[in-house]
Amino acid sequence: MQTNLKVIGDTKKSFVTGNEAVTWAALAAGAEMMFGYPITPQNEVMHYWTRLAPKYGRGFLQTEDEISAGFTVCGAVQAGTKAFTATAGPGNVLMQEPFGMAEAMRLPLFAVIQQRGGPSSGTVIYSQQEVTLTTYGGNGEGHRIVYSTATHQEIYDYTIKGFNVAWKYRFPTFLLGDGYQAKMREPLEMYDPQERGIEIVPTYPLIGLDGHIGENREPQHLCNIYSLEEELYEVVMRFAEEYESISPELVEYREEQCDDADIIILSHGVVSRAADDAVKALRAQGIKAGSFRPITLRPFPQAQLREAIAKSGAKKILIAESAYGQLDRLTKQEIYGETIKIENLFKPGVGIIDYDIVSKVKSIL
Amino acid sequence: MITPAVPKSWYLPSKPHKFCPGCGHGIVLKALGETIDELEIQDNTIFGCDIGCSLLSWDFFACDSTQTHHGRTTPVMVGIKRARPELITIGYMGDGGGYSIGSQHLLNAAVRNEKVTLILVNNTNYGMTGGQMAPTTLPGQKTETTPYGRDPELTGYPTRGPEFLAELTPDSAYIARATVSKYKQLKRFLRNALRNQIEGNGFSFVEVLSTCPTNWRTNAQQTWRFLEDEMEPYFPVGELKSPFGKGGDK
Ligand SMILES: Cc1ncc(C[n+]2csc(CCOP(=O)(O)OP(=O)(O)O)c2C)c(N)n1
Ligand code: SF4
Ligand SMILES: [Mg+2]
Repeated sequence: MQTNLKVIGDTKKSFVTGNEAVTWAALAAGAEMMFGYPITPQNEVMHYWTRLAPKYGRGFLQTEDEISAGFTVCGAVQAGTKAFTATAGPGNVLMQEPFGMAEAMRLPLFAVIQQRGGPSSGTVIYSQQEVTLTTYGGNGEGHRIVYSTATHQEIYDYTIKGFNVAWKYRFPTFLLGDGYQAKMREPLEMYDPQERGIEIVPTYPLIGLDGHIGENREPQHLCNIYSLEEELYEVVMRFAEEYESISPELVEYREEQCDDADIIILSHGVVSRAADDAVKALRAQGIKAGSFRPITLRPFPQAQLREAIAKSGAKKILIAESAYGQLDRLTKQEIYGETIKIENLFKPGVGIIDYDIVSKVKSIL
Repeated sequence: MITPAVPKSWYLPSKPHKFCPGCGHGIVLKALGETIDELEIQDNTIFGCDIGCSLLSWDFFACDSTQTHHGRTTPVMVGIKRARPELITIGYMGDGGGYSIGSQHLLNAAVRNEKVTLILVNNTNYGMTGGQMAPTTLPGQKTETTPYGRDPELTGYPTRGPEFLAELTPDSAYIARATVSKYKQLKRFLRNALRNQIEGNGFSFVEVLSTCPTNWRTNAQQTWRFLEDEMEPYFPVGELKSPFGKGGDK
């Protein structure tokens, strides 16, 4: 497909929704096809895409459901096309099947998840309840890369990065946002990745190769089901090793004032903004708080979190999330063996502001 | 010793193939291989197989091939075709994969007139999982999940796929039902179904009535009798829709 890579000329300031930021970033990253199925709060990714894509020679298909959207992306990327999808909630559930195939066949699939409330149809508004599903939703033990964003700038940056990482390492890659980020407007600097020195990782086909079979090339046979236990074991172990070896390059996190913190507030996504504000407020009141935020939920920055605990000598961690303990479970599994006391502030499907965190910290210190 | 002619598009390291003796899949794939050769499309064909006994064909051809999930071959082929329209995409699936778990994909691909060629093998049961009822199981037919025979009062009547797809598609689509008992006709239908995609006309679909002696628990004679005397009357063979006119390019 012929795509016009130059989408953003000069860097420009804009005031847009997160869904719009996804679309512009996908265009700027050279995404060629989107496959999607309507679900709130992701719809506007499709709405913007369908308006803009034809201007840049990009394609779109509204599929019959999310299963199909996921599998058409799998097909398109096998054919060497930079394709993606976006979904939420029950759509994320349906997409776990194609995401699993992408894990098994190491397909460079990129998907944006805008979390909504659950279980079931829940709310169409907001939550952080799709952490477990997005990080570990497949059957068996596949590998994926999950970025949890907190600002529109990050949505833009990590959409570009997400495509690159997917095509560089060939692990399915996810941008985990939420309904607030999807629908809110905020300032964003849109730029052309190449102008910033960001290489766009080239795509390549796994099937539909050039040449003549039997003369100058072999036929490609992609497979995802094995006859023997040992065959599968070899595949899973090889993928696990590869994933572990690249994890140090992938891990991203941010910490604020953890050096001397008595309490570390652990959060991800938009809640980390409230956590940073809470740190400021608490420090102003003489309470030594710090915050730690995994940007990659998978791979999880476990060594970095352990280091933050060690160097600060903090006595407590407060895990704050708009879910009933998904980041909490993930973290406990990752930092097994640490003896620091872990407290929680769980507000499933409900927003968290700095005040909530400040009050909670005061009640437990 | 006479060596049987082998289609050029067959992948020899995977032969002999893995289907049960007397299975119809091998006949369909032989006809398909010969057709790929005749149309000279081996280099740019993508063969995609479903999970079902069709998965055993994942390395059957010396064509670029991909394996999907049960019922999901249609969207994978649609994705490939939408991404690279110059490729010839052939989806290969069973009656369970196509008419049951993947039916909404099949139906919607047909409605959108997706320019893919789909071949569905109707063996009136779920072969790979040990012979359960399929949407195509005949009234009264015994399967592992209809041990007393399929009762249409409880489970409805067998799906006639080409008939419903013909209703949904525009005139540029190609819809046919073939049978492994009529090899020349099977090849002609497969050829038309591929020609229709090559010419960029529209959706192409061939259901092939096939045999499953393993799960039917039939000997050679009974197998052929079931195919010709039980299945063919219920599932009429022929072209239901063809842009190439009645009889097509013989
Ligand atoms: C989601 C899912 N459900 C169930 C299965 C189990 N399964 C594998 S093959 C098959 C039936 C295949 O029957 P059919 O499509 O008719 O093909 P056949 O084996 O008869 O050629 C089933 C149910 C699966 N692989 N995936
Ligand atoms: S179980 Fe039936 S369909 Fe499957 S390979 Fe054997 S005979 Fe063929
Ligand atoms: Mg079957």
